[in-house]
Amino acid sequence: MAENAQNIEVLICTGTGGIASGSLKVAEAFEEEFKKHGIEAKVGKRCEVKKTGCRGLCANDVLVDIMVPGKEGVTYDFVTPELVPQIVEEHIVGGEPVPKKTAGAYYAKFLEKQHRTIFSRCGHIDAESIDDYIANHGFKGIKRAVTMKPEEVIEEVKKSGLRGRGGGGFPTGVKWSFAKGSPGELKYLICNADEGDPGAFMDRSLLEGDPYCIIEGMMVAAYAIGCTYGYVYVRAEYPLAIKRLQMAIDTCVERGILGDNCMGLGFKFNLRIKAGAGAFVCGEETALMASIEGHRGMSRPRPPFPAVRGLWGKPTNINNVETYANVTYILERGADWYASIGTEGTKGTKIFAVTGKVKHTGLVEVPAGVTMREVLYDVCGGILNNRKFKAVQAGGPSGGCLPVEAIDAQVDYDSLIKAGAMMGSGGLVVMDETTCMVDIARFFLTFTRRESCGKCIPCRIGLKIMLEILERICSGEGREGDIELLEDMAYDIKKSSLCGLGQTAPNPVLSTIRYFRHEYEAHIKEKECPAHACKSLLHFKVIDEACKKCGMCKRVCPVDAITWEKGEIAIIDQDKCTQCTSCYDACRFMAID
Amino acid sequence: MSETAEKAAEQEVDLTACNEILDQYQDMQGALMPVLQAIQDHYGYIPEETVHLTADRLNIYASQIYGVLTFYAQFHLEPRGKYIVRVCMGTACHVKGAGRLGDRVKELLGISHAETTEDVKFTCEYVACIGACGMAPVIMVNDATYGSMSVQKLNEVIEKYQKMD
Ligand SMILES: Cc1cc2nc3c(=O)[nH]c(=O)nc-3n(C[C@H](O)[C@H](O)[C@H](O)COP(=O)(O)O)c2cc1C
Ligand code: SF4
Ligand code: SF4
Ligand code: FES
Ligand code: FES
Repeated sequence: MAENAQNIEVLICTGTGGIASGSLKVAEAFEEEFKKHGIEAKVGKRCEVKKTGCRGLCANDVLVDIMVPGKEGVTYDFVTPELVPQIVEEHIVGGEPVPKKTAGAYYAKFLEKQHRTIFSRCGHIDAESIDDYIANHGFKGIKRAVTMKPEEVIEEVKKSGLRGRGGGGFPTGVKWSFAKGSPGELKYLICNADEGDPGAFMDRSLLEGDPYCIIEGMMVAAYAIGCTYGYVYVRAEYPLAIKRLQMAIDTCVERGILGDNCMGLGFKFNLRIKAGAGAFVCGEETALMASIEGHRGMSRPRPPFPAVRGLWGKPTNINNVETYANVTYILERGADWYASIGTEGTKGTKIFAVTGKVKHTGLVEVPAGVTMREVLYDVCGGILNNRKFKAVQAGGPSGGCLPVEAIDAQVDYDSLIKAGAMMGSGGLVVMDETTCMVDIARFFLTFTRRESCGKCIPCRIGLKIMLEILERICSGEGREGDIELLEDMAYDIKKSSLCGLGQTAPNPVLSTIRYFRHEYEAHIKEKECPAHACKSLLHFKVIDEACKKCGMCKRVCPVDAITWEKGEIAIIDQDKCTQCTSCYDACRFMAID
Repeated sequence: MSETAEKAAEQEVDLTACNEILDQYQDMQGALMPVLQAIQDHYGYIPEETVHLTADRLNIYASQIYGVLTFYAQFHLEPRGKYIVRVCMGTACHVKGAGRLGDRVKELLGISHAETTEDVKFTCEYVACIGACGMAPVIMVNDATYGSMSVQKLNEVIEKYQKMD
């Protein structure tokens, strides 16, 4: 890769985060500078600007790597167009990196404990270039796959131990053998890129940063199972992912990689994108297929499983984006290599989206089995503002919260379930002492209740009633017995709902009660929110003893409700205050109540 | 619906584009969703007349189409503002204070979720996740994403769009 590059390369992050931070302008500025310096002639080297996908640290975008042949790459963070002339002058022309502007030691640490395999191309190659993809092991997996019999490919995937990355963790090879074994000529292949779990964005980054990899993974599955037609169901909120994937598909069709005789390899596979329309339940496989068929995305009972009766009544295999990405590497490097990474029950690496109150929010790829502590502290730098860690929410709306006592749990399917959460798609939302756990439970129920397709009563009405109880507790109207009632309802709804949405929706409530029962009790009995997050229980007063007179609160108040002079304790004018919580969040000393 | 929005909706809808869209997808399996998405792309919302035309030409009940339209969050039955302000209310954004951004939009523009200003310039929407959680809290105005938002930054962004036509 970059180590043996012939030219100087400037890699600029143009994932969604990069673009939002102005990376296209930065790229322009580089081109501009090169012209000005006549780089090509004067330095005697050729210089290339490459637009790459996400590197996983979007909060520090725009990230730029300068790769000089024979030297180690240097990364700059927070690059602005104004900074570009200096970088070009000193680093590219002069040969010395601009010391103050390079990403600090944290960036090396962020990468150090990671095991970037599935992400190895993302952020390094030009996401839109098929040649870059091919130059970096692209299509090697499918080329090896077609030298084997389809059954052998499935065996290889089984042997690797790969489990689906979409949440359930079902063994992928086994799923494929079901679809293959189903009678019928016409079979469909679907890639689930709905990524409805708020707080997770690894599928998006893969689609944007390495779209050919997903196509290749699907080709392998299509060859193994015998599917001639495939769909990628992408949520419409991901316009850049749709655009890049469509470009990649078009290029593959032009070059004969997709179509009636894929790469001249003798099998037929056509691929098409289907844009979702904004419904979480459409990530559920039966609802997703209903949606492709043009109906409301409502779940239906299983069996029959999609492998038997799927899209338009035909046998269908459906996998997650990250699952297909894993497949290409398994085929390229072999099942034994893959199975050597990870734990007994979870093989390979997993990409986590770490967000919330952590220093370096982002996407991290680690071997299954490292501990939560390693992910949060070693890779992501610990808790923001040096506050106290309270909990990490794992697995999205279907998952649960793990408290500090569980932070040494391993991140794999089985350990997380044992601790009361789940891996889900891999979202980890970190919470500190300012996050109220009752509010978090309320938040997730608001989401799942709104997203329920409404087909079954426990899910439709049960979640609504649970939500009303939580809202009451958050506003200080909680009653004796509410906690027990919530628990009771939770178990009933889990038991009696049709699909995974209803079956898992009560999990965040159950896990917060399990680990943070005292917070529920404080809301109900003392009408206090220990985290000072529930607005109706907040007072917005400065606690004189705790105030360090720093004036931070005054700076952030949007309505000028705070009086503060240097060396004085701040005072909040209750009439002006709109209770926006800005000052509360900004105060490093928890001096606002 | 605001008065101006109502007026806009009352205007005669030109169905040429809708017919062209239908020509294009007529024979496709599962055509309904792509057709509706294309109609919305063109008109900015789904005008009532297009629903009836689609029902006729794809040979399905209008009620079935409304069933689909009201199920998915993406479809809109009323004209929407020129600038769509999407405030992410996803988990990562919530933990980082997205609720306050929603409140601030309401203070600045007088609209909250699924509402449009009277001059049909702004529409506000709370969405479940924009997929840029690493930069939470996040808002989008049309296709532009703004990350690491604070109340002050929000003021600046909204002001910028208020000044534009
Ligand atoms: C409510 C609900 C939402 C889901 N959302 C997604 C999703 O956004 N992406 C995904 O890949 N799987 C999602 N799933 C899981 C899928 O139904 C399915 O199990 C998965 O796509 C299978 O792929 P895998 O075997 O590769 O994991 C969801 C399940 C439920 C019940
Ligand atoms: S559990 Fe909820 S989302 Fe799933 S089918 Fe029933 S009502 Fe619909
Ligand atoms: S809560 Fe908001 S409005 Fe009130 S004092 Fe604090 S920053 Fe100002
Ligand atoms: S988009 Fe640049 S690091 Fe994620
Ligand atoms: S939760 Fe807001 S962008 Fe994902």
